[in-house]
Parts: sequence; C-alpha cells; structure tokens
Amino acid sequence: MGLFSRRKTKFVDSDVLVIGGGMAGCGATYEARYWGRDLKVVCVEKANIERSGAVAQGLYAINCYMGMQWNENQPEDHVRYARNDLMGLVREDLGYDIARHVDSTVHMFDDWGLPMMKDPETGRYQREGKWQIMIHGESYKPIVAEAARKAATEVYNRIMVTHLLMDKTKKNRVAGAVGFNVRTGDFYVFRAKAVIVAAGGASHIYKPRAVGEGMGRTWYAPWSSASAYALPIEVGAKMTQMENRIVLTRFKDGYGPVGAYFLHLKTYTENAYGEEYESKWYENTKALVGDYVDRHPVPTCLRNHALLEELKAGRGPIRMVTKEAFQDPHKETVGWENFLGMTIGQAVVWASQNIDPKFTNPELTTSEPYVMGSHATCSGAWASGPEDYAPDEYQWGYNRMMTIDGLFGAGDTIGGTAHKFSSGSYTEGRIAAKAAVKYIKDMGKDSPQVSEDEYENLKKAVYKPMENYEVGRNEIVAGTVSPSYISPIQGLQRLEKIMDEYVGGISSHYMTNEPLLTRGLELLGMLREDMDHIGAEDLHQLQRAWELKHRLIASESVTHHTLFRTETRWPGYYYRGDHMKLDDDNWHCFTLSQFHRETGEWELEKAPVYHIVD
Amino acid sequence: MPTFVYMTRCDGCGHCVDICPSDIMHIDKTYRRAVNIEPNMCWECYSCVKACPQNAIDARGYADFAPLGHSVRALREEEKGTISWRIKFRNGHEKNFVSPIRTTPWGSIKSPSDYDVPSESEFQSQELAHEPEQLKIDGLPALTRDKLKQGVV
Repeated sequence: MGLFSRRKTKFVDSDVLVIGGGMAGCGATYEARYWGRDLKVVCVEKANIERSGAVAQGLYAINCYMGMQWNENQPEDHVRYARNDLMGLVREDLGYDIARHVDSTVHMFDDWGLPMMKDPETGRYQREGKWQIMIHGESYKPIVAEAARKAATEVYNRIMVTHLLMDKTKKNRVAGAVGFNVRTGDFYVFRAKAVIVAAGGASHIYKPRAVGEGMGRTWYAPWSSASAYALPIEVGAKMTQMENRIVLTRFKDGYGPVGAYFLHLKTYTENAYGEEYESKWYENTKALVGDYVDRHPVPTCLRNHALLEELKAGRGPIRMVTKEAFQDPHKETVGWENFLGMTIGQAVVWASQNIDPKFTNPELTTSEPYVMGSHATCSGAWASGPEDYAPDEYQWGYNRMMTIDGLFGAGDTIGGTAHKFSSGSYTEGRIAAKAAVKYIKDMGKDSPQVSEDEYENLKKAVYKPMENYEVGRNEIVAGTVSPSYISPIQGLQRLEKIMDEYVGGISSHYMTNEPLLTRGLELLGMLREDMDHIGAEDLHQLQRAWELKHRLIASESVTHHTLFRTETRWPGYYYRGDHMKLDDDNWHCFTLSQFHRETGEWELEKAPVYHIVD
Repeated sequence: MPTFVYMTRCDGCGHCVDICPSDIMHIDKTYRRAVNIEPNMCWECYSCVKACPQNAIDARGYADFAPLGHSVRALREEEKGTISWRIKFRNGHEKNFVSPIRTTPWGSIKSPSDYDVPSESEFQSQELAHEPEQLKIDGLPALTRDKLKQGVV
C-alpha cells in the first residue's frame, strides 16, 4: 500500500460516458439524451464545462457551415475542399457525414441564442468566406454548455480522466474510465456501457516560441493536453495521420487569427520590402509537391512553405497589409472584435506595442506545431464510417466507433476529418452519441464488467507522483532540484525540447529525418521511464503530471508516424530532409498505428484512401 | 497576458477558481483571496475576468513580449446580453467596443427530453436530432457506396 492509496474511491455507473465537455462532448451529451431518453448520460470534464475546451474564450466565426438551405454549398464541395487542403488525404466518408449534418447543428445554435451576424442585403448568415459565417461568439461555450447540462444525467466538473478501463469478460471491449477529482483528490471509477472520448488535442508537445511567462499564449489552448489521443492509444485503439501536425501562420506573439483578415477584410501579406512573395516560390514548391501547388485554394501548408522560404531568404518579417482595409471604420471594428471574441491576447500585444493596424502593418509568424483533428489537419483515432455508404475497409460496426468495441470518439479525437472546427466537432459528437445509443440498445444484457484489480492498480499509479514528491522532498533542503524526482513543468520542458529538436519544431524550421527521429524516440523512451519519477506537490500538480503523461504518449505516436511516412506530404507543416518530395506512388494512403501495451511495441501499417468520385 | 488580482477588490468568493479552464486561479491560503498560481499556463482567455463579480481581476501582457502601460478591460453583463471592451494602448490611445453575447434569455434552452420521443424508424435512420427540419432542406443528403473509389484524384 502506498502513502496515498487510502484515498476515497467513488463509483459512477452510466450507460453513456462522455469524456471531455468541450464542443464535441457537449454535442455528444445532447444527442445521447435525445435518442436515449431512459439512459444514464454522464459527462466528465477536467475543468468546468461552462468554459472549457478550445472554445472557452469564444469564437468570432463558425468555420464549417454549408448553407444548404440557400444552396450555397453541398457536402461534396466541403469534402473536396478538405481533401485539397490536406494534400489529398482525408477520410471522405467521415467528412461528408459531418458536412451533411452540420447545418442542423448551426441552426440549433441560432435558435438557442447564439448571435449570428446577418448579411444586410440577403438576410442570410454573414459569410466571412466560402465556409465561414460570422458570429458574436463570446458566449458560444456557455450557450452550448447550458444545453449539455440540461441533457446530462450528471456533469462531473474538475475530474481529470487518466485511463480507460477495459472489460474483463470480453477482449477488446471498453468498460469505463478512471480519474481523480482535482479539488477533493477522490479517485473516480466510471463504469459505462459505451464511452465517447471527446477530449482535447495537443498543445505544448513542441517547444513554443515564447518560453517565459508567455508560454501559455500558444495558438491552441494550453489545457488541450492530448487526452484525445493518449486515452485510446493506451488501450490499443488504432490511430491515423498522427504525423499530420499543424503549423499556423498567425499574428506575431498573440497568435491572433488571420481568417477574417484574409477572407472578409481582404488584407494580404508582403515581405519586409513591400513585395508579394508567394508567387516567387511557385517553382520551388512545384518541385516538391507537383500539381498540388496548382489547386485552389492553395493548401494551407504550401502557403506556410512560401512564407518560411521567404524568411529563410532573409526578407522577413512578413507583414499583413492592414492599413488600407482599416481606413473603413466597419472593417476596423471587425478586425478588433475578431480578436476580442476569440484571441484577446492579440489585442493586448498590439495595445502594449502601440500597433494600430490602421497605421502599422502587423507582423506575422508561424507557430510551433500542434496535433489536433479539427482544424486544417486531421490526426486522431481510426474510426468506423457511416453505415449507409462507407466502404467495407472503413466499416466494422458503429459510426465513429474506434477499433475498440464500445469506444467512440468525436472532435479532436477522430482522425481523417479536417476542417470540422467548432460546429463540425459538435456535429461529430452528435453522430458518435447516436451510434453509441444504438450500440447500447443492441448490447442487451451483456454489459461490460470492470476488473477490481485493474482499477486498484490504476489508483496506485494515479497518485504515485504525490508519493514520489512526499518521499523525495525530504532529501533536499528546499528548491526545485531533486535527485529522485522531476516536476511536471521540468518534464514538459524536456518533452518540448525533444520534439522541437528531433521531430521538426521551430528551431529546425520544421525539418527532421530518420536519424533525428530515431534519436528522438530514444530520448522519449527515457522520458517515459522518468515518468515513474514525476513528483507532484499537490492535486494541481498531479493534474499537470497526468497531462504531461498524455502529451508524452501522443508525442511518441507522432514520432513513430513521422518516421513511418517516408515522404514530405505537407511542406510547411514539416519536412523529412531525407525524403523531401511528395510521393503519391507509395504514400497516397493513411498511416495507421497501434500501441501494444503488453510489449510496449508500436505497429504501423498503411490504409487505403477512398475518394468521392463524381 | 497573465491575469492578476487586485488585493483591495477581491473578496475571495472563488468564482474565478470555479471557472478557470487551466486550473490556475486558486485562493491564497494567507490572504484568502484569489491568485494566479501559474501565469505561464494562462491563455489570457479572460474567463476569470468575465466571471469576477468584483471586477477584481485584470491582465498584464506577458512580460516576454508585451511592454507595460496597456490594458484591455472587459465587462460582461448577462442581463443586458452584452460584453463591453476598453483597449488602452501604451501611448494612451483608447478604443471601445460593445458586442451582443446572447439573443435569448439565459436558461431558456429546452432539454432534448422535452421533445417528442423519436420513433424507431427515426432511430434506425441516419438522421440526427431535429432532422430533417433543422437542416431546412427536404431531406438528409446521402452518398451511395459506388461514389467512393480508391486512387489519386
């Protein structure tokens, strides 16, 4: 018995367990109740669903809306757009599925009270771009959370889920999850018939540009700690496209969004000498990726590539030309409110540095890489497709079920479905939840059973960092340097340095190769061993310790996938220096991985890409 | 910009502790008031600023890149359904903005249980809740299997 294993254990039984109360989790909770009126629906969240997930701060646009009622776009059009942007590789069955449902989600938000901007001439939703509509979304998350709270049997805030539980009666079937309450320290065992992982993607696996007080001003929320990936990976779910990390071109330091600036305000970029530069790099880019450079719109990664090449050629900084657009008072208001609605920190940076875009063209930069599944990138779990049309290779059961029975996912968790954003993530949560309710109804009385041994062992593991600290702290006078433990922030900084230097971060201009990746894996392996010696001073630090563990597992997955794909599919996101060209002959496929926890081995394979053919 | 708490305004109510998505607003044991315990894990999301009934929380730009002398203040008024912003530049210039935050009364969203129980055929279909009505088109679009093929396009 360890020092901390006498902590209270609380059991929560449910039919549907939703892990993570962000956009996808709130969508799943709502839909599970709609179809499962008599079911127990539990949503568990490490923060408070009122303001949790990537939309905690609000949003100024909904980036995925078809507008089918006005015949603006059809689902097939969105699939082609996402395919094009991701250099040919998306799960088109899943993407189509989100696109055909997403309008109903947005109309629900409108009815619930989310302020939608309207085009004064047409009365339709105000378009920012072809797919984006503009909102006053300061309270986007509180509104969505209100609906989820009404739908859930219970919402558990401030519980960090650390592991999934597997069924003891049936191999490869999920049975629940465990975690701890960050306030009380109680251990929680959630027993469930179906589990929907709707947790967040990964910030802070790569060293951020700001490493002092500003390290929290990452583009993606610092609380997105890769639980979306770590939870399924550890129980052996197959993952896909984990190498497809994303790098964002954003306003410098605050990482303020550029979408409204490009699309609505019609601002544009130039180099330090006032020159257009993207066209200069056309031949260079074409030599790497061939005809993909000719597609419209130009894929996000290739625009990054041109910017990076221009910087390396010594003609930085790259600036956004705002001075013209901001002379229009309406556009100036949109430009500022855009930040205040979703990236307040950028307004602070500009206020502090006296940058008024009416008089100064602000600098742009490229961010450190992030791993997520909902933006212009599609890392995540390999999921079964929609029953009505998915190809056989994409279908083994219920929609959005992973390769583990009863384990569903949505949002950042599910791979292959780029450009779902907030509305698409919520929609995917709805899709997953309806499928989970079907799964439960089909299950009948054959409910999963959790093993007491399993959760008792996990309980010891969960609190081990506090024991490490309590014991190790006695060895030293004071301070942060101990020979027997490292703190979560020390471990995080080591992880970020490894990923940055070996797996294509900012300091190498996103460049890596086989020798670097191989060495990176060795160092990540040592960090994995050192995770047994993380010291947590209190419950807050215990949360940080488990966030680090989740980030580490996701990072190992990213590194294995990057090593496996011997081509450079997305220049501008990362480069394999030993395979600089896109290689459709060998790599027009998905990468899949499976972690075997008994042996610690990672197994990688290819899976076919199916396109919607007209 | 990490947030900080003014000693004279905070009454230790803990709303910021409850809401912070990053779990970094805690009650200081000595002063019994809120404090940002981990500024380098602050996203400057302003959830705590907006939630504070005393307007005791403000933000100061990250020291690594934000010069002093600025402020970005927010006042979120649920009854009025607005959020008001005041941006003060280091050089003293000011900008003010007001935006709506909600068009319906707080608490007015219906639970999914308040709708009619869906039929078995709806359950077996590909439709989600409130579809097809909420799609505002005749029916849910669908593909056929023969539309999906392998190859490079």
